[in-house]
Amino acid sequence: MRDALNIRGNQALLTQANPLAKFVSVFLISLVLALSIDWVSASTALLAELALFPLAGLTIRLLWQRAWPLIIAAAIGGWSTAIVAADSGAVLLDVGLWSISEGSLELGLGFMLRGLAIALPAILLMTCTDPTDLADALAQKAKLPPRFVLGSLAAMRLVGLMAEEWQTIGMARRARGVGSQGSPFQRLKATLGQSFGLLVQAVRRASRLAVTMEARGFGGGQRTWARESTYSMLDVWVVLGGLVIAAGAVLAAVGAGTWSFVWR
Amino acid sequence: MPATQSGVVRPAAISAEGWGWRHAGRAQAAVQGLDLRIEPGERVLLLGPSGAGKSTLLHALAGVLGDEEDDSDETGSLLIDGVAPREQRGRAGLMQQDPETQVVLSRVGDDVAFGAENLAVPRDEIWSRVHEALDDVGLRTAAGGGLPLDHPTAALSGGQKQRLALAGILAMRPGLILLDEPTANLDPAGVLEVRDAVGRCLDKTGATLVVVEHRVSVWKDLVDRIVVLQPGSATGISGTGSGTGKGAGGVLLDGPPDQVLSEARTMLMSAGVWVPGYVPTTRTRLNEPDTAQLLLAAQDLAVSREKPRRKGFKTIPPVPVQTGISAQVRAGHALTITGPNGAGKSTFALTLAGLLAPVEGKVSAAVELSEGAGIDPYKWKAEQLISRIGTVFQEPEHQFVTGKVLDELMFGPKHLGHGEERVDELLERLRLTHLVDANPYTLSGGEKRRLSVATVLAAHPKVLVLDEPTFGQDANTWAELASFLSELLDAGTAVVSVTHDQEFSAVLGGTELRLGPISQGRATHQEAGAA
Repeated sequence: MRDALNIRGNQALLTQANPLAKFVSVFLISLVLALSIDWVSASTALLAELALFPLAGLTIRLLWQRAWPLIIAAAIGGWSTAIVAADSGAVLLDVGLWSISEGSLELGLGFMLRGLAIALPAILLMTCTDPTDLADALAQKAKLPPRFVLGSLAAMRLVGLMAEEWQTIGMARRARGVGSQGSPFQRLKATLGQSFGLLVQAVRRASRLAVTMEARGFGGGQRTWARESTYSMLDVWVVLGGLVIAAGAVLAAVGAGTWSFVWR
Repeated sequence: MPATQSGVVRPAAISAEGWGWRHAGRAQAAVQGLDLRIEPGERVLLLGPSGAGKSTLLHALAGVLGDEEDDSDETGSLLIDGVAPREQRGRAGLMQQDPETQVVLSRVGDDVAFGAENLAVPRDEIWSRVHEALDDVGLRTAAGGGLPLDHPTAALSGGQKQRLALAGILAMRPGLILLDEPTANLDPAGVLEVRDAVGRCLDKTGATLVVVEHRVSVWKDLVDRIVVLQPGSATGISGTGSGTGKGAGGVLLDGPPDQVLSEARTMLMSAGVWVPGYVPTTRTRLNEPDTAQLLLAAQDLAVSREKPRRKGFKTIPPVPVQTGISAQVRAGHALTITGPNGAGKSTFALTLAGLLAPVEGKVSAAVELSEGAGIDPYKWKAEQLISRIGTVFQEPEHQFVTGKVLDELMFGPKHLGHGEERVDELLERLRLTHLVDANPYTLSGGEKRRLSVATVLAAHPKVLVLDEPTFGQDANTWAELASFLSELLDAGTAVVSVTHDQEFSAVLGGTELRLGPISQGRATHQEAGAA
């Protein structure tokens, strides 16, 4: 978790773009892809996103390591759509209850590609964006309340600690005789107990952190920002890039005659 | 670079007149009738039994005690330079005990800048302050690691985190520095690191200091005044130092360190304060067997807290924090595990205790210990484990599983179906009898420690494993714990402890297992002072 959020050492071009510009770009692409269920728009966007990998410092290998559950989920989603969807066109495979036809295969493929095409921009954004920079941009450029933004940022750091704490509490409770074996009910009880222990520790940590922040003058009136969140020409290109990908996906689908709104 | 107004720190004066504070939801005041004056630039060590309201005072000075909205209660006045602390943010800087919560942001430079940002310091000046503060606490010198500004704060040691917190405080240019047991969670090297950094910064800025700490010897030479607080009314139950009977709160003693320490030595010792040169009297071990029954053995262990990781389709074993550890645990014999931070001491102890799976090598229990449960403790069920190997964690709260002290103690015996008769004896022996109905989370640090030891012992294990049992404990709890363990050893229990505390291991005797930094590899054995 901590490693996944750490972009230290990533020198790629997009790390220098303003997080807010990247955010807008990602939003545009996701919005367009959420409108249609055809495979042409999805694969156009997907191809464009793959081409952006080097700019964000992402490789297929890294992607697989970080996001393999997502990729597998997209594949399963596509496969089940292909099996379950109403048949249309020539039937390719028929095993009793399940059948795959040209139409349902197309739908399934579209579903899978779409899942990936929507998920990838978010992964790209995370890969090349430091959470602290994102917070700076949200507070300084998007004018969200600093109290909220910085509070969330500090809390996020504690989330990583909580994962370690969960393991420690699990061991500490085993040493008291609370096992994770037994009937499902006993296991549920043990997990609930462990969650309560974690909750207590989380609350304690959080209140100590709040004292630390308050003692450093947080939460008062005016504050300055040590890191200025700025826009550059790069950000114009980032937003334009997002627009081009989104528009390209729509045009390709309309041109191929496959564009169909989800609500149709 | 404007080297202009960045300049001088104006040391703060503190004045308390009849000051008192009652926390919301409590019947008793934490501090009452406190009269105290601290002049600008003075360096004060604040002592007193637990519950005397030391932390409450520090929090109030830092301006972080709840305000009138909640139902807490303030009496008298407490002022910094004649103004209420809450109304002058940044005039005082506070460092607390837990290093993990003293860090706010994930990059070193940003974290130091945080306080200055909140005080609306102009950007250019923030960064010059950040550089200066990191230099002052020694985090940018070659010896301190020469950290770049974007170094991840998660990768710092406990001592480094506390120095980072100090840098964050310094960047606010406060006239008053408040330290609330800043070194209680650190190993000896970390303690000195932090103490020396504080000393350097005070010499440079001339700021006023108020520090709360049990270990007087660490701070004695750095402070020029010691103030001893009365046990407050809130301490009625904790028992320590209650013989004075002078009423609640307030200052008991005040003066130069040497004078206070000589006048009040006996009183401070009975209150559990670690006055310099004081090693509490403990029970001496009676019979230390030369050859004793082997209970548990570790063979060529490699240990890690992490589980094997999945990377795509592959399973990758974790990188061990320590390798090649072999050790034997014998009945009535103490095994002390020592070594620098990060040498994997706790990880090894937890592996030995059947709580972590070894990365390589094996832990095997002798038949006398396993009694039919199998050779590998990690595979034992939880109920099988507790009656064989008991583990006391560093943080007692991690092990609390009920809402009442008595239930905590009965928990093990109830699950095992026997041993409930031992509970009364343990309550008595560890002075917990008057607390049976209390909620474990509300106990003092020393009480929590005693309770956590008692709960594990209630299951009557043959091997007892303790992780830093004396960390942050006052001298009274320390002595009780050491004596009690020496009794257990004489009665035939094996005691394995991870500790930096040499006096403690001297009381227990036995063997020392020293784990080196992993680059130097192998562990070395040696006999501890079996005095």
